[in-house]
Amino acid sequence: MLKKFAITAASVLALSTGAAFAAESGAHIEDFAFSFEGPFGTYDEHQLQRGLQVFTEVCSACHGMKQVRIGELSEEGGPNLPEDQVRAYASNLSVIDRETGEERPATPADKFPANTGAGAPDLSVIAKARAAFHGPYGLGINQFFKGIGGPEYIHALLTGYTGEEKEEAGTTFYENHAFPTGWIAMPAPLSDDLVTYQDGTPATVEQMSEDVSAFLMWAAEPKMMARKQAGFVGVLFLGLLTVLLYLTNKRLWAGVKGRKTTA
Amino acid sequence: MAGIPHDHYEPKSGFEQWLHRRLPVVSLMYDTLMIPTPKNLNWWWIWGIVLAFCLALQIATGIVLAMHYTPHVDKAFASVEHIMRDVNGGHMLRYLHANGASLFFFAVYIHIFRGLFYGSYKAPREVTWIVGMIIYLLMMGTAFMGYVLPWGQMSFWGATVITGLFGAIPGIGEPIQTWLLGGPAVDNATLNRFFSLHYLLPFVIAALVAVHIWAFHTTGNNNPTGVEVRRGSKAEAEKDTLPFWPYFVIKDLFALALVLTVFFAIVGFMPNYLGHPDNYIEANPLATPAHIVPEWYFLPFYAILRAFTADVWLVQLVNFITFGIVDAKFFGVLAMFGAIAVMALAPWLDTSSVRSGKYRPMFRWWYYLLIVDFVVLMWVGAQPAEGIYTWISLIAAAYWFAYFLVLLPLLGIIEKPKAVPATIEEDFKAHYGAHPAE
Repeated sequence: MLKKFAITAASVLALSTGAAFAAESGAHIEDFAFSFEGPFGTYDEHQLQRGLQVFTEVCSACHGMKQVRIGELSEEGGPNLPEDQVRAYASNLSVIDRETGEERPATPADKFPANTGAGAPDLSVIAKARAAFHGPYGLGINQFFKGIGGPEYIHALLTGYTGEEKEEAGTTFYENHAFPTGWIAMPAPLSDDLVTYQDGTPATVEQMSEDVSAFLMWAAEPKMMARKQAGFVGVLFLGLLTVLLYLTNKRLWAGVKGRKTTA
Repeated sequence: MAGIPHDHYEPKSGFEQWLHRRLPVVSLMYDTLMIPTPKNLNWWWIWGIVLAFCLALQIATGIVLAMHYTPHVDKAFASVEHIMRDVNGGHMLRYLHANGASLFFFAVYIHIFRGLFYGSYKAPREVTWIVGMIIYLLMMGTAFMGYVLPWGQMSFWGATVITGLFGAIPGIGEPIQTWLLGGPAVDNATLNRFFSLHYLLPFVIAALVAVHIWAFHTTGNNNPTGVEVRRGSKAEAEKDTLPFWPYFVIKDLFALALVLTVFFAIVGFMPNYLGHPDNYIEANPLATPAHIVPEWYFLPFYAILRAFTADVWLVQLVNFITFGIVDAKFFGVLAMFGAIAVMALAPWLDTSSVRSGKYRPMFRWWYYLLIVDFVVLMWVGAQPAEGIYTWISLIAAAYWFAYFLVLLPLLGIIEKPKAVPATIEEDFKAHYGAHPAE
């Protein structure tokens, strides 16, 4: 039994190396307890709504979010905004109509606009495209316990500016502890009270950074709640089936095996 | 069908007799399901059913995913996001499919290593083994092409690196690479043909699985003792075996349910754990990722590919005696495919007269070391190819070859096996009471 366990443990360890792909960069990123983490975690819709405000008023100046449908903002388990608010939000954005080729106000059926002007990455799935945790020693154990850490990385990046800057080949780079190379082309986007939250939450850099990180995780994984529910249903019913089949199997073989004489 | 004597199907009703004379399909199903199976099979024998389930799962989820996916460089990434956001249950389908590939390989590795320990590859089961190896190769091809379809950064650069391997073949390499890619580089033509082949190959695998099952239903299953079922008479065979239905069907289904419980927990709660974050960045031919790493199940062979660098004396020697035709890159490619080839040749490399590793006191330690070696190769395959890691991969790769090419032939000669039970019945009775409880 112990041998079996050891072999299984070794296999699991082997499996887990997979998540340890990305090279371990020097940057140390703190784990952060987001509300959506763990099997029971859910998005905080107020936080997502604040995060949307930060995205709209700050990030979207340079970043696009072209994979996300605006109507997703009214989905349950996400920001859960009333549909008329989403329609109003959409009408403030303009899109190129696919059929007429002309610019028109967006509807909830449209995607968020793409924005590649500043060379800034699209933010649709950025929270799944970044990792904060690796190793140790490429074993993938940290990711197992802390998660892959996309939102933590975004949070660390937004709060990781030192204030130092340098110029290289005509581009200004800003020193940032969370960025893999240490110098990032994006200037510090947040400053205290940059936005005025509609729910009255004080808009500190820390607060805005948390909110927008959570919002981007939702944008990348809007069906998280449905997925976890499916996971629970699956585990519950398969677990029950396992027990029933175990008992069936035990009874079936009892007639053949008789009493066990050696371990 | 089976060589083990057992009851055959007798058509009873008028319709059954009518059908049986025209198409003996019920007979085929009956004989397949009621095949006499060694009654001492342990829990390592349950992975076959997991693998069969994986293939069905991948085909079922894959067919629906293909209805919503667009194999075009401008639309592939967005169509995957469309599946994740707009298709009913699409996010579950995709996560089941992506993690299903991992379960598939996890199961196949245990299945292969079970065969390696209990000598399942030995006569008369060589054909089962070879067909299994072909299935494994096709699985790797299918998984590799499937990973390209989401058109993320790892999809694109993984495809570039792996198809580049064929470019390393001297002389004809570059035309082959161009032919595989449908052009000079990974592009729309590549994505299109990979999609087509990714859809085709699972059905080839399904056909080969039928051949695999047919082969071992002809020879009968191996078992933990490696002792053959007695075939003198039906009564004798029945002392060693039990019918597959219901005994092993229920046992296997129990194990499958347990495995799937864990699988659903992974899909439900950590579906991206085994993936690479970079594949959520759309493919960009102009930006190379810092580290290009394949999926975890390719890592052991990826490590072997990278292990043989130009400063290894063996590589230099081969380079010298082939007048530079076999350079380090081509040597690595040969080593990678060779690593699977030597495994496929195990039936002819193993000289031992005893099948099961249970009765081979020396063999078993080298076998356990091979498992450690495999895990080390998997781990080192994900590390950067520099410093101490190059040494670890070289030593681990060398052991892989030594096991098959040196140890398997040698151990059969120098090793003194322990006493093997005379019959399966004897082994079974040694574990369980001689008299059934009922």
